[in-house]
Amino acid sequence: MEQIPLLQLRHIEKSFPGVKALKDVSLDIHPGECHALLGENGAGKSTLIKVLAGIYDEDGGDIILDGAAIKIPDVHKSKELGISVIHQELILVPYMTIAENIYLGQELTKKRSPFIDRETMEGEAQKVLDNFNLNLSAGAHVASLSVAQQQMVEIAKALSTDARIIIMDEPTAALTNRETDQLFELVRTMKAQGKAIIFVSHRMEELFAISDRITVMRDGEYIGTKMTAETDRKELIAMMVGRPLKDFYLKRDHQKGEEVLRVQNLSREGVLKDISFSLHKGEILGLSGIVGAGRTELARALFGIDPHDGGEIFMNGSPVTIGKAQDAMNLGIGFVPEDRKQQGLFLQERVGFNLTIQVLKECFRWIRTNNRREDDFIRKGIESLAIKAHSPSQKVNELSGGNQQKVVIAKWLARNPRILILDEPTRGIDVGAKTEIYRIIGDLAKQGVAIIMISSELPEILNMSDRILVMYQGGIMGELAGEEATQEKIMHYATGGRDE
Amino acid sequence: MNNSLIKSAGMAVKGYLQRYLGILLGLLVLCLILTFRSSAFLTSANILNVLRQVSVNAILAFGMTYAILIGGIDLSVGSVLALAGTVATGLIVRNGMSIPAAVTIALLLGLGLGVFNGLVVAKTGIPPFIVTLAMMQIARGSAYVYTNGQPIRTTDEGFIAIGTGYLGPIPYPIIYMAVIFAVTAVLLNRTRFGRHVYALGGNQDAAVFSGIKINRVIVIVYGMIGLLSAVSGVVLCSRMYSGQPTIGIGFELDAIAAVVLGGTSMSGGIGFLGGTLLGALVIGVLNNGLNLLDINSFWQLIVKGVVILLAVYIDSMKKRK
Repeated sequence: MEQIPLLQLRHIEKSFPGVKALKDVSLDIHPGECHALLGENGAGKSTLIKVLAGIYDEDGGDIILDGAAIKIPDVHKSKELGISVIHQELILVPYMTIAENIYLGQELTKKRSPFIDRETMEGEAQKVLDNFNLNLSAGAHVASLSVAQQQMVEIAKALSTDARIIIMDEPTAALTNRETDQLFELVRTMKAQGKAIIFVSHRMEELFAISDRITVMRDGEYIGTKMTAETDRKELIAMMVGRPLKDFYLKRDHQKGEEVLRVQNLSREGVLKDISFSLHKGEILGLSGIVGAGRTELARALFGIDPHDGGEIFMNGSPVTIGKAQDAMNLGIGFVPEDRKQQGLFLQERVGFNLTIQVLKECFRWIRTNNRREDDFIRKGIESLAIKAHSPSQKVNELSGGNQQKVVIAKWLARNPRILILDEPTRGIDVGAKTEIYRIIGDLAKQGVAIIMISSELPEILNMSDRILVMYQGGIMGELAGEEATQEKIMHYATGGRDE
Repeated sequence: MNNSLIKSAGMAVKGYLQRYLGILLGLLVLCLILTFRSSAFLTSANILNVLRQVSVNAILAFGMTYAILIGGIDLSVGSVLALAGTVATGLIVRNGMSIPAAVTIALLLGLGLGVFNGLVVAKTGIPPFIVTLAMMQIARGSAYVYTNGQPIRTTDEGFIAIGTGYLGPIPYPIIYMAVIFAVTAVLLNRTRFGRHVYALGGNQDAAVFSGIKINRVIVIVYGMIGLLSAVSGVVLCSRMYSGQPTIGIGFELDAIAAVVLGGTSMSGGIGFLGGTLLGALVIGVLNNGLNLLDINSFWQLIVKGVVILLAVYIDSMKKRK
């Protein structure tokens, strides 16, 4: 490319006490390009983004915008320079309208008055929405929107300030395939208008679908930039992990054991429709479908978090009642929820606290007089899943995403579950940790644990599952076993297609 | 074995120091200043006096620590205290009931009101601030109705001894405080219930997903606070030789102040009873010192407010680092 880069980073350095987060990172971003940043967690992507967003100051190096060296001391300056960051966690006010959110902090007022000009704001906001073909009404409340739509609003907010560089940090993490397509459509529109997009994602399929170039970082270092059209998955993974990776997913031999769980006509008004299936010892049952198809709702019903108003559940052939989480736990069911930070962990507590919170009964009777049993549980949990923590008293929120997820899994393993439900077990964690999680799940199945795995990543569910149930609008649309399962077939069912 | 024991004990001391360093230093500095400014301060009589004055607020604050740890609050402690205290006095004076029976009924009343608070919070999802604000009015009103707005005076020596008696040189209220501290601290730090309190305050969703019976935890916490309020009410009425419906006004705020001074996070999940005890002591020493220095009580309020703001500011600075 012979164009003048819109943004150039030259030898950026950033250190935190004890860690060198960015080492000599150089990067060019061109107008009209979608530039992907790829790397394992802790590779420095987030730090780099925060430098550009004005949240961190770089220790050394130059940032050059339009050929002129600049400094980005704060968030305000970053916005002024036309840099806009769409963070992973959305920061919209739910009970305000789209227009109010877009103009939050820079509300338009009626001429020479302190009063807010609602009409003009809505009109202008609508123009932005229409300009990018977002099928949204500026007067709608944000609370009524889906996550994907809220993300669109975040982007519209960025675009309304004439941002030239849009940075998206894992924008597709919570999106379904169709919503992702919508987002990509928006990215293409933005590209056509000459905006530069920096795109961070762990999902490699997406990077190939949308990016022009891919820059790989590892341990705070710049590893290299490839034209997307000229590289492939293997090469990128090798760059990310610094070693060639043979098998991304796990292949395993599965021997089907006896039935441990049978669900018959499980229903919940408006949420679950006549769900029937069985689960066997040592089996990995994949639960696929687009977000909102009812997979998480099914899992929550099985675990007793949500009620159900019809149907029966059998364990080892006898009918059981699951009305609350304690019931499910007493029956030997474990549940690794989809949102590990919100639902799985006590973030401000120690690793040890998290690992034993569900087995305290086995640790001490009434009053704790020594820590022996508890320490045993903690040591076993940390060792068996190779959790990387300085010590059991390290706070969980200081761990990487992958290690946090291992803590959630380990806390269930302490209870020796017979059935383990995992809802999006690899969401938002890096490739290396993903492989480890796959191995852990595979090992559990080998030990005879019956596994239900919910995942939105098709390759993941295809490679891991012995059998796949595809859900659509609260019901099971189809079942695919072994060799007959393909991405196309899953998508066929997931989008409401019937058996041919 | 011995070595590791010493090591772990050393770690524990270090942990406590780290946790409480700020407030310990503050208390120490306060005491030093007062020792130099007033010869009356560092006498055993005065120290026992301070501890006795602190005891009621400390007992309430121990309960309040639990409420704040689970992400709640209890504004009704002062009113429940007044109602339980007046009922205990009234049952003895008006109905000629025996002391143990009257006190038991008063304590059960406090426990019941607390459990009611807890049930409403758990079952309806109304914020504890509102629920206990309502209870604050209801209990205060009930105390006025029960007493007809007049103090119920008593000369019953047995009853008066509850709050004014001594075990050796130590006034009973200090003993109550010590025992309740020990019990609540063991409950918080060494039982499953204590873990569940931290879990619920740290992340309610995760607590539900971990199969913790959160409603039960909530009911026990508010029930316990009601009970502790009633204990304080009985002690206070006994010390005052009368069941007064106006006692305990504003006590909820003193208790919250002690908890906050002690480093407990208002958003729940983080905090320690030891800190609360120190917080209550700081407030007590401050009151006592300002009295000894002849600073009038109007100024005392201002000083207390500034100290609270300052202490919490320093604490938040420490956390930001």
